[in-house]
Amino acid sequence: MRINSLEALKDYKSRLCSVSSGKTSVLMSLGTCGLAAGGAKVADAIRAELDKGLSGKYEAVSVGCMGLCYCEPTIELRDETGRSAIYGHVTPEQIPAILAAGLDGEAAGATKVKRTWYYPEEEENKDGVLQARIALRNTGRIDPEKIDDYLKYDGYQALGKVLKTMAPEAVSKEILDAMLRGRGGAGFPTGKKWQFAAAQPKGQKYMICNADEGDPGAFMDRAVLEGDPHSVLEAMAIGAYAIGADKGIIYIRAEYPLAIERLQKAIKQAREMGFLGKGIFGTSFDFDIELKYGAGAFVCGEETALIHSIEGKRGEPTFKPPFPAIQGLWKKPTVVNNVETYANVAAIIRKGAAWFKSVGTPGSPGTKVFALAGKINCVGLVEVPMGTTLRDIIFGLGGGILNNRGFKAVQTGGPSGGCITTKNLDTPIDYETLKSIGSMMGSGGMIVMDEDNCMVNIARFFLDFTCDESCGKCTPCRIGNRRLYEMLTDICRGKGTEETLKELRTLSNVIKDTALCGLGQTSPNPVLSTLDNFFEEYEAHVKEKRCPAGVCTALLKFTINDNCIGCGLCAKNCPTGAISGKIKSKHVIDQDKCIKCGVCQQKCKFKAIDKK
Amino acid sequence: MTCCCECSKEKALDKLMRLEPEKTSELTAFIDGLPLVAGDVETNRGFLVETLHRAQGIFGYLPVEVQQVVSERLGLTRSEIYGVISFYSYFTDKPIGRYKINVCLGTACFVKGASKIVDELKAKLGVNEGETTADQKFFLGALRCVGSCSLAPVVMVNNRVYGNVTPDMVDQILADCQD
Repeated sequence: MRINSLEALKDYKSRLCSVSSGKTSVLMSLGTCGLAAGGAKVADAIRAELDKGLSGKYEAVSVGCMGLCYCEPTIELRDETGRSAIYGHVTPEQIPAILAAGLDGEAAGATKVKRTWYYPEEEENKDGVLQARIALRNTGRIDPEKIDDYLKYDGYQALGKVLKTMAPEAVSKEILDAMLRGRGGAGFPTGKKWQFAAAQPKGQKYMICNADEGDPGAFMDRAVLEGDPHSVLEAMAIGAYAIGADKGIIYIRAEYPLAIERLQKAIKQAREMGFLGKGIFGTSFDFDIELKYGAGAFVCGEETALIHSIEGKRGEPTFKPPFPAIQGLWKKPTVVNNVETYANVAAIIRKGAAWFKSVGTPGSPGTKVFALAGKINCVGLVEVPMGTTLRDIIFGLGGGILNNRGFKAVQTGGPSGGCITTKNLDTPIDYETLKSIGSMMGSGGMIVMDEDNCMVNIARFFLDFTCDESCGKCTPCRIGNRRLYEMLTDICRGKGTEETLKELRTLSNVIKDTALCGLGQTSPNPVLSTLDNFFEEYEAHVKEKRCPAGVCTALLKFTINDNCIGCGLCAKNCPTGAISGKIKSKHVIDQDKCIKCGVCQQKCKFKAIDKK
Repeated sequence: MTCCCECSKEKALDKLMRLEPEKTSELTAFIDGLPLVAGDVETNRGFLVETLHRAQGIFGYLPVEVQQVVSERLGLTRSEIYGVISFYSYFTDKPIGRYKINVCLGTACFVKGASKIVDELKAKLGVNEGETTADQKFFLGALRCVGSCSLAPVVMVNNRVYGNVTPDMVDQILADCQD
């Protein structure tokens, strides 16, 4: 069925909403991590239970990620009035009890989870609720494979509104007034990008969605694409109308098969209902979207590199200007926006720029999705208003540090970002403040580290990543980063000197100033921020040849303590024959022969080997 | 288009047809189905990455003969195709093992000790990262974040995901790989 007017769409929506089944929905979180954690078996158990006679009371709904990754598999029971109960760590065996208990009862043995978010579009902020979901408004509560579910939550009404009531210039202006900034990390005003492309002469233009989510530890784009694909399609169509494009391309990682499958289904459904294709909403506006697949290159998240990759070339970046908005794909004006940026657009159009600005900070309105991971209790996706403090995110939503260890740092911005320490935990975060404390927004990955993580080793890890992913086009990035990596390796192996630390800083600044694209210009950030915040750890490595966190094996010393009963297992397994001693008496390790492989410690059954 | 090493189009295609007739027909049928424009290199190049994705899906890797067939059909030079293959980590021109063991080395997995898993796998399999065992059974690789950070450290074997992996679990993971 095709929808040709805004009225018809609203009618259709109210008909969808008025059909009351009277049933309680059982929302089953079946995104990639839900499935990996065993969500499919839970879903099978739920369906089997419904078949046994509960199908009059419940309805099973597959949804995307709810953001509660730490307690997957998760399910939510929700009735039509919105009352809800969320269960985490669900096993198939618990299902009968959970369904028998329903919304009011208590299921013995099952774990209830508190909802920590609200929807600014529909509800007032309740005191103490930290999360505000705009980009993730539908993720985890609609079936991503059913367009009707999206339409129930006002889907495609924003597209109808712009096509029927707004001039293209007014659309760009609304987005500019809302001060929506690029959620991919750089924070460039989206409305401005659209205005640049719109100002180009009429003709072929392109609207691209950057879904090449490559930052390790960031998975919000995947969650949106898997959980709410239509919100991206709708926003691309809105942007296309604003700039005068008739063709859209989603450039997506080949590593996201589930997201690809759901996008393909969504595109097909949107075409059938006339939200994509020719004569959208019965107007003369044509727009269609196709998918292009990445092939594993981090640098393709950079927009010029991404464009080259779509053209079938090596994904190497080129110098800007010309900006893609002037000369992009096939040399035509092109807008590239990130998934999360698009996910905000429809809400802004529906509710207006002023509403959007009521959330967040004056310089960075709205919300940001963060992927919390690392040494933290509640790993997951959270969406908070800009200006929320790291303390609220890590200790409030994240539930604090794993095993009650001490917090050491949080790394934001992926390989381009930096480490933030205790002293900045209370900084309200937005684009500017993160920059001022030596990190950056990036795509929103937040990796929490505790006392057991060595910061020199972390910096080395990121440089290893950058060396791997550098495209090799410009010298500072290709050779400079390799040298940084070698210096950090030397320090981790005890071969560094104080001179190395000075060189490290100088070279980092040179690379920052001279590299061609964003990847190279930001690659020394992990080094600089750890040098600034954890200089004493670097010093311990070079002066005392000691790794305070006990991670850099070359700097460790293995010794045998009095727990040793002289079983000889360690000596038998030592690859270099460094351990000697009589059976039934304490053994010793010859430090000159020891290669610090740690096998003795792994094999010892009596905790008799110390590592310091 | 001729080439100095006498690797004419017929030869590569014939050889592939002789060795892998079904796979070769599948690939040529796919390429024939693309809306290529004869002589328009720019347009045809836009289909290169998806053609290579398909070819690797069919053959498991991208041997020289496949590269040559793609080169002839799309009208692109072989050096350009090799340039693209070597740029993207997803493509490989070497055969890889039946069980692709990929250890996630994203940041979340790294801070939770993924490198110890890699060391254990290297020792058990006797190969380095990016290599396949001599019996063609196992390939050991590293991935940058599969987005399942709550299960860190993560190991993927083909499409199966193992979460919260410890070095002790490596034996079991390898034992699960039965033909």
